[in-house]
Amino acid sequence: MAAHLDRDVTPGGCSWGEDTIVAISTAMGAGAIGIVRLSGPDAVAIAESVFLAARGTSVKPDETYSLLYGHAIDPESREPVDEVLLAVMRRPRSYTREDVVEMHCHGGVAAQRAVLRLMLRSGARLAEPGEFTRRAFLNGRIDLTQAESVAAIVAAKSSGALRASVRQLDGSLSERLRMMRRDLLGLLAQIEATVDFSDEDVDELDRLALAKGLAEVQAEVLKLLRTAFLGRALEQGVRTAIIGKPNVGKSSLLNALLMRERAIVSDVPGTTRDTVEELLEIGGVPIHLVDTAGIRSGGDHVERLGVARSVKAMEQADLVLAVIDLSTAWDEAEGRLLGDLDPARSIVVGNKCDLMQGDRESLTERVRARASGGGAGPPGRRVCAVSALTGAGLDELRSQIQQVITGGEDFQLEEPVLAGERHRVLVGEAHESIGAALDGAYQGAGEELVSEDIRAAASALGRLTGEDLTPDLIDEIFSRFCVGK
Amino acid sequence: MRAKTQQEWTYDVIVVGGGHAGCEAALASARMGCRTAMVALHLDNIALMPCNPAIGGVGKGQLTREVDALGGEQGRNADRAFIQIRMLNTSKGPAVQALRAQADKRLYEDWMKVAMSRTPGLELVQGEAATLDVSRETINGVTLADGRYLRCRSLVLATGTFLRAKVVIGDRSYAAGRVGELPAQHLSASLLAAGLEVERFQSATPPRIDGATIDPGRMVLQQGDTVPWSFSHWQTPSPRRQLPCYLTYTTAATHEVVSKHLHLSPLKSGSVSGKGPRYCPSIDRKVINFPDKQRHPVFVEPEGITTREMYLQGLTTSLPVFVQEMIIHATPGLERARLVRPGYAVEYDYLPPQQLTLSLQSKAVSGLFSAGQINGTSGYEEAAAQGLMAGINAALHARNEPPFVLRRDQAYIGVLIDDLVTEGVDEPYRMFTSRAEYRLLLRHDNAAERLSSLGHALGLISDEQLATVEEKQRKVAEYTELLESMMVRSGQVNAEVLEALGTPPLGGSQPAARVLRRPQISFANLVELVSGADRDRLASAPPEVIEQLEIQARYDGYIRRQMAEIRRHRATETLLIPADFDYRSVEGLTFEAKDKLARIRPDTLGQASRVSGVSPADISVLLIHLHRLLRTREEPAPGSGDQALRQAQCT
Repeated sequence: MAAHLDRDVTPGGCSWGEDTIVAISTAMGAGAIGIVRLSGPDAVAIAESVFLAARGTSVKPDETYSLLYGHAIDPESREPVDEVLLAVMRRPRSYTREDVVEMHCHGGVAAQRAVLRLMLRSGARLAEPGEFTRRAFLNGRIDLTQAESVAAIVAAKSSGALRASVRQLDGSLSERLRMMRRDLLGLLAQIEATVDFSDEDVDELDRLALAKGLAEVQAEVLKLLRTAFLGRALEQGVRTAIIGKPNVGKSSLLNALLMRERAIVSDVPGTTRDTVEELLEIGGVPIHLVDTAGIRSGGDHVERLGVARSVKAMEQADLVLAVIDLSTAWDEAEGRLLGDLDPARSIVVGNKCDLMQGDRESLTERVRARASGGGAGPPGRRVCAVSALTGAGLDELRSQIQQVITGGEDFQLEEPVLAGERHRVLVGEAHESIGAALDGAYQGAGEELVSEDIRAAASALGRLTGEDLTPDLIDEIFSRFCVGK
Repeated sequence: MRAKTQQEWTYDVIVVGGGHAGCEAALASARMGCRTAMVALHLDNIALMPCNPAIGGVGKGQLTREVDALGGEQGRNADRAFIQIRMLNTSKGPAVQALRAQADKRLYEDWMKVAMSRTPGLELVQGEAATLDVSRETINGVTLADGRYLRCRSLVLATGTFLRAKVVIGDRSYAAGRVGELPAQHLSASLLAAGLEVERFQSATPPRIDGATIDPGRMVLQQGDTVPWSFSHWQTPSPRRQLPCYLTYTTAATHEVVSKHLHLSPLKSGSVSGKGPRYCPSIDRKVINFPDKQRHPVFVEPEGITTREMYLQGLTTSLPVFVQEMIIHATPGLERARLVRPGYAVEYDYLPPQQLTLSLQSKAVSGLFSAGQINGTSGYEEAAAQGLMAGINAALHARNEPPFVLRRDQAYIGVLIDDLVTEGVDEPYRMFTSRAEYRLLLRHDNAAERLSSLGHALGLISDEQLATVEEKQRKVAEYTELLESMMVRSGQVNAEVLEALGTPPLGGSQPAARVLRRPQISFANLVELVSGADRDRLASAPPEVIEQLEIQARYDGYIRRQMAEIRRHRATETLLIPADFDYRSVEGLTFEAKDKLARIRPDTLGQASRVSGVSPADISVLLIHLHRLLRTREEPAPGSGDQALRQAQCT
């Protein structure tokens, strides 16, 4: 006889986490250490896949608790992301009674986000609000008498999150999401009509039209994803690294932007040995300015350490201000430095205008020429000519910074942006699925597979707007096609 | 509600109705060893195909294969009676392909009658079920209109369109279950008295014409497939002579006739009030809703070998007969066609299916089950699927055993029943593949692999039948393993073969399984890419195994994603909610959720999550309360009513 179902519902005995969940479990932006927490059957495996232990340590399968020192790494490139402590708690002796792993990050919010992304990529799922607590209860970790309060907490967290997301999704943003979902549903209806009514008078799928439609939605989703940068910027600030060779005036620029003395400014190259962080506000967005030690090879030991830190600061930055000294000539080191920059996330700042002849326009041209490595480098870089000493060009620089943050568009802060990690992840998922659907549509993948990817995208957007898929889809088919015999 | 003097018979299970749902219910119950009676108005009208004499289609064909895999009769019967068979969607992926067969309607009825009469423990009873005997919310039996009383432990209602049915043609209407057949006039009152809700639906059928009066030269010929197919997993397909269908299109002239006479349509005059299905619109509705469409297809399909009558798929209408004739004559190829049977609409009572549990048992009356059109569905396949499940559950109920429920990730049948009882219907429900979120897994090619072990556990599939399925599964597993370990070399010869197939050469030796995952590579290509003993082993793989290997390779990543999704939902899908659960006392549920859940009373938490207006936050809160409840009880109490569902592990 078939097995009875109640085997699965025996309380306390089985794990409720069929999958592994992850979340940043410390308040955003607060505190120097951020904890990214995993819970579920694959927690240890996922953590290990993004963790490189310091020499001589490793996660031991038989230890209930362990604390390891090492680095969070990108499993593909093997590049370190942050210096972390890994706390492993084996089931059932953990908060959720599942395997729980906490990664304690030091590199601030940016590092936490990077770690979170890596874990999502390695198979974890973003936790729903209150899900750790829910699992703790379901697995019998929390006493029965606490049940009511757990329900209350979960309900409050969920409805709080819902209210927050409704607020964030209020008005035009939610309307945009609905429209994208609507468009996807329309495309899906076309595919499904050809599948479910193929023996009727429905034309074969026009793949080119489908691809065109998908590309349009993708562009919309991408636009929204770009606002995620601004959303994050508003929430957490923009980490901005000031980099450049020694003595090009990085600290002077920092001071000029802050309009007060903070970093040690001297004429001796290599004075700034540690990184210096400052906070300022540009156009309502908090900016964390990080001054780094000048990048050059060689130097003494302390300075090498400083250089290593500045390379890291640059990698973790949302925005890089690459400072060059207009009064000196271009050299290969500068070329290498500028060549590594992401043009979308960097501005080349030509400093020491005060030592130069010529009007602003010609000076800007000079920066542009230097930025493109004498014409060989990539075009389209953002450039700006300033004098940290006199303050010339600083307004222009501020406006450039603002443009990078808003995605280069004429963006009003009053307009809605994608805020909250959950929103960003879901819209990111939608974007990825649409990409897969597009590939499928072009490469002649089966209708049922293209449909699968579009469904995934629509359902990710639907989870944001709270709309269910199937009933809508069937209505869509009937309203668009004369099907049925 | 019965007089003492009446003659009395006792059964375990009584099935009311002898259509596609009733036949499957009665057969399943009797085959499970229950003493079963099937009560029908006229025993010559068993398993009739009053609309299109076709079985299968996209979505529906999957249902028929599943019915077969669980030991039902529809697939086998269609195999015996078909006069044309085709595989649909062959240009698309295997998940959305399905069989559709045109049947000889008389042969279909006769073969079903044979199957019924050969089943031990099954008695056919002619009569009109008039009054249900319900006391203390439990079914005890039924009184027939002629006074006989039949006692039972479970009763399945499969009355189709017959409850208080009214046939409508133009401005004329009269009480009839189908044209020329008596309706069931008494039962509805009895259902209302038992506390059930009743609503109205309508359905319609096109006119039939004399096949000798059509002009095939003006139409497109549609032949069946030359490849032999069968619905049943255990039927070896053999080629047979098939009859052709024809395709023609309506014209502006046809539409003009319709437009001119719309005022005579029962839809307009209001003599039909029940809602009809959108996927089966009348030609009137098509002309109204899609005025820009220049033409609509009309499929001219044979109704059998012994009759010349042909069915006009696409010309459904209940306009007056003279208008029907004008519509037909305005359509190319049918200019001289002689109308034999007019099309008509039928309006009938149905029981909104949210009144049912997932086992198709009434929430209001213990032991009362219902299946088919009475539950607000349409289609022979949907009816058969529900009939089979209701018959199984009626038998289990009669034996005091826990019910048998299929989940949405196990079968289209699970999707069908979950949709019905969770969402209800606002038009006659028909299956589409797009309703199944796991359709890449729920294919018609793997119905037997998915379900026959469950059918075997119920006693509906024999040891020998199961053995053939398990043998195939064993072979597929063996070859799957083989493909993982077998290496394809990256030599010059292989590079040329791959290039000719439009795919890049291998960067080094690769497992055969990985090579097969390239969309351009078929299993036959793979055989070419290996040599020696490897080639011999692959070349000897049976075709049904190759089919599965190719599908596995094609859907690999997507199937893994769906399996992960299923695992994620498994906990909620299998958590049962007590029938007496008090939603209103649950703190933290929104008002809307309390209201809807209290009304629908879902069987499982998974079902609750699909009730519209219930948010994930509500489900979280509910989950916690259910667990608190389970922990306060000493142990979860199985066996009471629907509280312990019989479910097998997903394969």
